[in-house]
Amino acid sequence: MSAVQTTSPAQDDTRRRSPLAEVLFSLMRSRTFLVGLAIVLFWVACALFGEHFAPYDPLADDIINALAPPSSEHWFGTDQIGRDVFSRVIVGSRDILTVAPLATLLATVAGTALGLLTGYFRGIVDDVVSRILEAFMAIPVVIVALLAIVALGTSKTTVIIVIGLSFAPIIARTVRSAVLAERELDYVAAAQLRHESALHTMFVEILPNVIPPILVETTVRLGYAIFAVATLSFMGFGIQPPSPDWGLSISSNYGMIGGGFWWTVLFDALAIASLVIGVNLVADGVHGALND
Amino acid sequence: MTNSAQARNTKAENALELSDLSVAYRVAGRNRAVLRNLSLNIKQGEAYGLVGESGCGKSTVALTVVRYLPRNGSISGGAISLDGQNVMKLDGEALRRARAESVSMVYQDPGKALNPSIRVGRQLTEIFELGGITGQAATERAIAMLNRVRISDPPSVMQRYPHQLSGGMQQRVAIAMALANDPSMLILDEPTTGLDATVEAEVLDLIAQLRQELSASILFISHNLAVVSNMCDRVGVLYAGMLVEEGPTEIVFNDPRHPYTVALLRCLPRGGQRKDQGRLDTIPGFLPGIGADIKGCAFADRCALADDRCRTELPPLYDLGGRLSRCFYHDKAQSLPRATPSNVPAPAPKPAAAPVLRVAGLNKTYASHGHALRAVKDVSLDLRPGETLGLVGESGSGKTTFARLLLGLVPPDDGGTIELEGKALAPKLENRGDDQVKAMQIVFQNPDSALNRSHSIRHLIGRALKRLAGLRGKALEARLNDLVRSVRLTDRHLAVKPRQLSGGLKQRVAIARAFAGDPRIVVCDEPTSALDVSVQAAILNLLADLQAKEDVSYIFISHDLGVVRYLSDKIAVLYLGRIMEIGPSEQVFSGPHHPYTEALLSAVPKLDQTETARIRLDGEIPSATNPPSGCVFHTRCPRKIGPICEQQEPPLSEAQPGHSIRCHIPYAELARLQKTVVAEPA
Repeated sequence: MSAVQTTSPAQDDTRRRSPLAEVLFSLMRSRTFLVGLAIVLFWVACALFGEHFAPYDPLADDIINALAPPSSEHWFGTDQIGRDVFSRVIVGSRDILTVAPLATLLATVAGTALGLLTGYFRGIVDDVVSRILEAFMAIPVVIVALLAIVALGTSKTTVIIVIGLSFAPIIARTVRSAVLAERELDYVAAAQLRHESALHTMFVEILPNVIPPILVETTVRLGYAIFAVATLSFMGFGIQPPSPDWGLSISSNYGMIGGGFWWTVLFDALAIASLVIGVNLVADGVHGALND
Repeated sequence: MTNSAQARNTKAENALELSDLSVAYRVAGRNRAVLRNLSLNIKQGEAYGLVGESGCGKSTVALTVVRYLPRNGSISGGAISLDGQNVMKLDGEALRRARAESVSMVYQDPGKALNPSIRVGRQLTEIFELGGITGQAATERAIAMLNRVRISDPPSVMQRYPHQLSGGMQQRVAIAMALANDPSMLILDEPTTGLDATVEAEVLDLIAQLRQELSASILFISHNLAVVSNMCDRVGVLYAGMLVEEGPTEIVFNDPRHPYTVALLRCLPRGGQRKDQGRLDTIPGFLPGIGADIKGCAFADRCALADDRCRTELPPLYDLGGRLSRCFYHDKAQSLPRATPSNVPAPAPKPAAAPVLRVAGLNKTYASHGHALRAVKDVSLDLRPGETLGLVGESGSGKTTFARLLLGLVPPDDGGTIELEGKALAPKLENRGDDQVKAMQIVFQNPDSALNRSHSIRHLIGRALKRLAGLRGKALEARLNDLVRSVRLTDRHLAVKPRQLSGGLKQRVAIARAFAGDPRIVVCDEPTSALDVSVQAAILNLLADLQAKEDVSYIFISHDLGVVRYLSDKIAVLYLGRIMEIGPSEQVFSGPHHPYTEALLSAVPKLDQTETARIRLDGEIPSATNPPSGCVFHTRCPRKIGPICEQQEPPLSEAQPGHSIRCHIPYAELARLQKTVVAEPA
């Protein structure tokens, strides 16, 4: 108990690891994190360099070989117009891995700002903004997406904005509760006693101390964002043809399952699942390392 | 080593025997020694005190006795014998039984020792049920236990949850639970550390009374030497996991034979010592870290008496006839030179300057569940340049709220005025001028909360200089170096983050920050209560030196009256947000004083105390939402004179020039009453 966390003498102060190094150290020892990271890095590599090692052009049709089952030539078979499913799965990671992280980034930035605002000012600001955010959270993403598409038209940007703004209130809520706890600490009073501006206090004093919960929330949200992008694409509101995007591919091929052409859908579905699982494993690892 | 062997043949002569005990914690892949060949015996029915600074292994001793070490801890050698039973050889079941039946522990924080979601009664009866007593019988036993720890109305207390009890009551319940199975060994680990002085006195009284009723031996662990000196028959001084001195309490504290004990005792402001009478002594350097490689005497690096022999050869525990000392030079330990010279340039007598701060009719009312809570009521006072005002009172008396009102962190009720150097201050901080803001700064109690953990020390102090002193570039750099040196930090400390510094160093950073803008007034809110005595002495010296140099005024809040007395020129005693007494420090302390002040003073455990008649305060501090009628102190006042106390609030009337008391008893009568008490012990 108390004896373990003794105040060690100042002489060996500087030899103690910084908090960041400590977190990295414990991440590197977390199997959960490493497995998750491996999965995510695999898909990132596919997104970046996929076309260089994909055996076929993912967009090139080959009607003669349409709906060919998995074989040594086409590992994952071909779809209804003869495109190579393996190549499409590989290259299909690109759009989802562009849109989902950007949406999460937008959600994190907006959510952090809102969370800092409500948590710092409390009172009437908090009451008003929080009720609006809660109202926002009550609307399903799909309905927001429909409205946005009517207003903005379908594009990747629309998807990013829709998902980013739908997730922002959730992140705002997490940040707000962390800020409320920090707000009580005396360093905030000390900043007020230097006449610091509210912006300085929020972003320079408080923000660095609430980074850990934000980091955890962001990785968790990234998993949900991947799911949401795939869902919107599947429904036709998201990424548009001819992209080999996974959700889109499932959407255009799922009618084939009845005909026994399972390979046109299964591998895309597995790809989505593995990416979501990978991101969640990373999130678990980060959460564990930050709460040690 | 010298005395552990002889006791072993008579079985269970000693309630507890530790012989040659070594304990290590595994940290970052390496075993680090925490206890080094520790031997001590506690006789049946004896109270043994274990003292030392934080990090010296006191709590580890407590945990080791019942083999309850954290997962990374292990006993690497030696033996533990509880009532003749070898604890090291007990299997799981026998160990569990020993913990359940013969040893009990009471920890520092009773709030954490009690289960927050189970009623007090259920937690108590559970203990009896484990012993096979159930139903009505268990309830009766629980009531008897609560009666024993002097809790009035046990049935109603048993219906409550722990959070509905005050800290003192919680600790009583924890003690009742510890005594429930009639243990032969009671381990008290800092049992009163988080409590108010008055409550601490009650709990200590209770423990002293229980000692006479029960046969239990006591291992009493505390950093507070005065508490140990009042409670214990014998005392052991622990340093870096080693026993450095042991003996009968009175003898060790009056005639210490180890330089560490000598130095510890000198750090305390004693016998009404004041800042203008000399600086407190300090202990240079730091406690060796856990697992440090110690060749000779562990204290050698910090000891002015040490020579080459001390640094290379571990001194044995010399038996000095009923007492032990681990020092080659135990006979001249008391000639240890001071680490801090005591002579201070006596501050030049100040002309009666105009007050730097003038507070009149200050009130603060909070709304608490629809009731008005008067946290501060009608406080008026002045403070002169270079003067220290000590604020004392139990927790909940409004000390901290008052400080926050002054600083503008909390706006006061309309009507009162705060004047700084003759100019009225806006109630809210945002509306005060930059000059007014920098003129009044604060040193908070807990530096971990007060220093932003994400920023380096350089940033923390630099930012304060930039905002408060308006400095930039080279000028800022130069002033930063001056300031850092004046609080006795070095450049080495600038690059690190607060968590890499010890508590005392962190508090120095906080002080440097408060002094960045050449303040006129610095509020010190319990600045040393989280620190060890040797570090406390250094911080108090620093505050006194800075005051002599800068002519700054302090508002010094502390529950430690010895510390308040050392630093203060003037004292205000608060109770339920009201000033009960205010006056020059010496007059308030030496009396005649308000009955509440009298009770506060008598509650403080003193090192050189011959058993004085202690004035005890009954019951709890009343709720500020529903303060008592008349004099708010009448519910607990030992000197209540009659119905007038319940009906009329006495005015704060000036008894002597500058010394005011809020009491119906006339000053001369107070003098007569209190003189008889003072005369008694002689």
